[in-house]
Amino acid sequence: MAARQETVARVASIDVDAYKYGFFTDIEAEKAPKGLNEDIVRFISAKKNEPQWLTDWRLGAYRRWLTMAEPNWAKVDYPPIDYQDLHYYAAPKSTPGPTSLADVDPELLRTYEKLGIPLREQEILAGVETRRVAVDAVFDSVSVATTFKAELARAGVIFCPISEAVREHPELVRKYLGSVVPVTDNFFATLNSAVFSDGSFVYVPPGVRCPMELSTYFRINERNTGQFERTLIIADAGSYVSYLEGCTAPRRDENQLHAAVVELVALDDAEIKYSTVQNWYPGDSAGKGGVFNFVTKRGDCRGRNSHISWTQVETGSAITWKYPSCILRGDGSQGEFYSIAVSNGRQQVDSGTKMLHLGKNTRSRIISKGIAAGRSQNTYRGLVSAHRKASGARNFTNCDSLLIGSQCGAHTVPYIESKNASAVFEHEATTSKISEDQLFYCMQRGLSEEEATALIVNGFVREVLQKLPMEFAVEAQKLIAISLEGSVG
Amino acid sequence: MSVQAIETQTPAEAALARSFAAMQDKGAAELRRAAWAAFSRKGLPNRRVEAWHYTDLRAALRVVAPLGDAPTQASPVLEKSRAVRLVVLDGFFRPDLSDLAALPDGVAAQSLRETLAGADADVLAALAPSGLGGDDAVVALNAALMQDGVVVRIAPGLHVARPLELAILTSGGPAHGACTRSLIVAGDGSKACVIERSKALAPSGAQENHALVFAVGSNCEIEHVARIAPQGDDAIRVYSLLLALAGNSDFKSFGLIEGGGLVRRQIFARFESEDSRVAFDGVSLLRARHHADITLFIDHASARCVSRERFRTILDGEATGVFQGKVVVRPGAQKTDGAMQSKALLLSEGAAMNSKPELEIFADDVVCGHGATCGRLDADQLFYLEARGLPRREAEGLLIEGFANEAIDNVSDEAAREEFSAALRAWLAARENNQ
Repeated sequence: MAARQETVARVASIDVDAYKYGFFTDIEAEKAPKGLNEDIVRFISAKKNEPQWLTDWRLGAYRRWLTMAEPNWAKVDYPPIDYQDLHYYAAPKSTPGPTSLADVDPELLRTYEKLGIPLREQEILAGVETRRVAVDAVFDSVSVATTFKAELARAGVIFCPISEAVREHPELVRKYLGSVVPVTDNFFATLNSAVFSDGSFVYVPPGVRCPMELSTYFRINERNTGQFERTLIIADAGSYVSYLEGCTAPRRDENQLHAAVVELVALDDAEIKYSTVQNWYPGDSAGKGGVFNFVTKRGDCRGRNSHISWTQVETGSAITWKYPSCILRGDGSQGEFYSIAVSNGRQQVDSGTKMLHLGKNTRSRIISKGIAAGRSQNTYRGLVSAHRKASGARNFTNCDSLLIGSQCGAHTVPYIESKNASAVFEHEATTSKISEDQLFYCMQRGLSEEEATALIVNGFVREVLQKLPMEFAVEAQKLIAISLEGSVG
Repeated sequence: MSVQAIETQTPAEAALARSFAAMQDKGAAELRRAAWAAFSRKGLPNRRVEAWHYTDLRAALRVVAPLGDAPTQASPVLEKSRAVRLVVLDGFFRPDLSDLAALPDGVAAQSLRETLAGADADVLAALAPSGLGGDDAVVALNAALMQDGVVVRIAPGLHVARPLELAILTSGGPAHGACTRSLIVAGDGSKACVIERSKALAPSGAQENHALVFAVGSNCEIEHVARIAPQGDDAIRVYSLLLALAGNSDFKSFGLIEGGGLVRRQIFARFESEDSRVAFDGVSLLRARHHADITLFIDHASARCVSRERFRTILDGEATGVFQGKVVVRPGAQKTDGAMQSKALLLSEGAAMNSKPELEIFADDVVCGHGATCGRLDADQLFYLEARGLPRREAEGLLIEGFANEAIDNVSDEAAREEFSAALRAWLAARENNQ
């Protein structure tokens, strides 16, 4: 604890008032200077016109972060990150308050187009059928476009950047922020709490079924900027919301750090469905570049019979460190985790979930499909635990891994802890390569080896793909095929 | 949270250091020193050490019992055994209690102390196979502090008809320690059954650290069965099985743990060459506040090998069970076939089970899988039996027996299998009487 005392002493020795006039308040600046200290934290907070309580909250997190060490238990290997060599805030050149897509800088739209983000697709979809997608595009830390806001407002749903929510709905933010992922949770979550830039905020009032899928696109654009999104979704009693998150990043030589926090709160009988497609730049074939993705995602089934479902398709990032979890607190609550993790090249994935059964008759289901190719390492790491009082808890876990090529690795590290006799936990895992018989069968019918592999892989992950909303399922299927390009032969 | 902890030596670790100081001139000085250095780098394992996450030895081991430096005078009368018995009592090999005369031709047994005095380089290498369990602090501690043990050599091509029994006994009394290491070298083409029997003549708070090393040649067929009898509730015992298996051999091992304080059975097995098969099975019968930990590390370092693990844990009272199994498939170990299964039955509200079956795979042409379940007796099955007139307890007993026999049935030696079944029935009878 010596380090901690030292920090406390150091913090105490700084006379905060001395910084009052010397404080760096260039609100016009597009970027915070490199490095991280209390001034940077205050700068970010000031940039966003945050109330004092939030500034203090951030500073508390920062001071705590100083006492923490980077976790090293995951099966990932990367050069040490110099946290002082990063910009912790960057804002794009913004046009003031666009209300529709037409107002968005066409340059931004062109970038999105290049990335293949079907931002306009929702219009077509809206024309063809009644489904609609509301997009809150996050471009380098700051939300620049929010569509369908008016319609959502009619239903009473609040869907806005979290910085806006802090101003408009401080009581909700204050009540729920950090209530699922505490400030002190882990190294990366604490860092996020100190410097989080922006993200989405969703509140669905009691009994409301959100009229459309909510969607957001994250993208890392500026060189050397870490992105620290903070997402907070609250589904009040009896409500339902489906949230889609998709990510892309352009090529960059230097590693980019991404440490997001996502908090979900489901009250009585509420349901949250959270889907992610992540295809950030994985680095080149030699392992150079690529995004470091250290994400803390957690859902709290706080109410009775609440339901949280995580679906993820992970194809990008050089390093993935991500464990979307469910705290099954309410009696009869339900948690689900469906995951596809594809790794190729020199990617390293350490991902999985935690299902913490606290309430009675809670149920959880984990389906994880890992596909490792090239020289990648793909690890499933998960925890299923039943508390003493979690009578009648039920879990089923299935994690399968597929290996393509002899130089990759697939690992499974499940933890199963039961303190209740009436809890029934089942876990199964298999690892194998693509069956030669299946390949032969497909190729005999005229498919190339690569096509045949893609087809078989898609069959392998079908169980999870089916859980994705329609908008994502098509994209995800293509992504998996693209990710595995060059892994055969 | 990852606040950096400041490592300091616990009183127990300081006591172990004194034991080492007394032990370091007892032969194999080089080996002991290296092992002690490895141990002192890590200290006693605690929950921050991944492989000991569920069994915090540092917290459990507050006061270290001293190790004797000569055999005790105890001369217990042992019941007859069908096997050729080799006795290690209170940490030391006892030729006077062993059936040395009954050893078949081609089987040689010698105490570890004598062997170490000879300082044969090959024996030393076999005694502490490099890289096998080397990361484990307790295995290292065992090598640093080993008092004595038995070294058995089975000649190549020999089929040993009568089982060999390694009886590791403690005479009981106030808290005492024992640290033994035994070695069984099975020559190429040999065939044998080794029974390991660990027992306290008077249950007490013993602290025991036993290692049994198998160096198995090619084309062998070796069966090992271990019965770890109950001990006092404050006993702390760790049994390490180290196996280095050459090509085209079969090795199977079954372990019955009957609880008592804290027991950990850890297995480190490595395929040194191709086309070999191992099977590890076990049953743990736990009640009261027993804590039993089974930890496996199966290293598929060679191609075309097969491993099978089946463990059953039955927990009553406030017992805690732990199963950790790690199967590693090294690069190039193609055509590996591995299957691991751990099932736990929780019979009471206070019982708890922690499982961690792990796969670490670096080769693509493999078939590996694991399954882990945890739950109570199936209500439908109980209903079925009760509907046919069986009292509740008896119905439970029948189902528990069936559950445990899935593992016991894998024992090839018929007499051993019978013995384990009988032990299981006795445990169930005691359970019925307690209710």
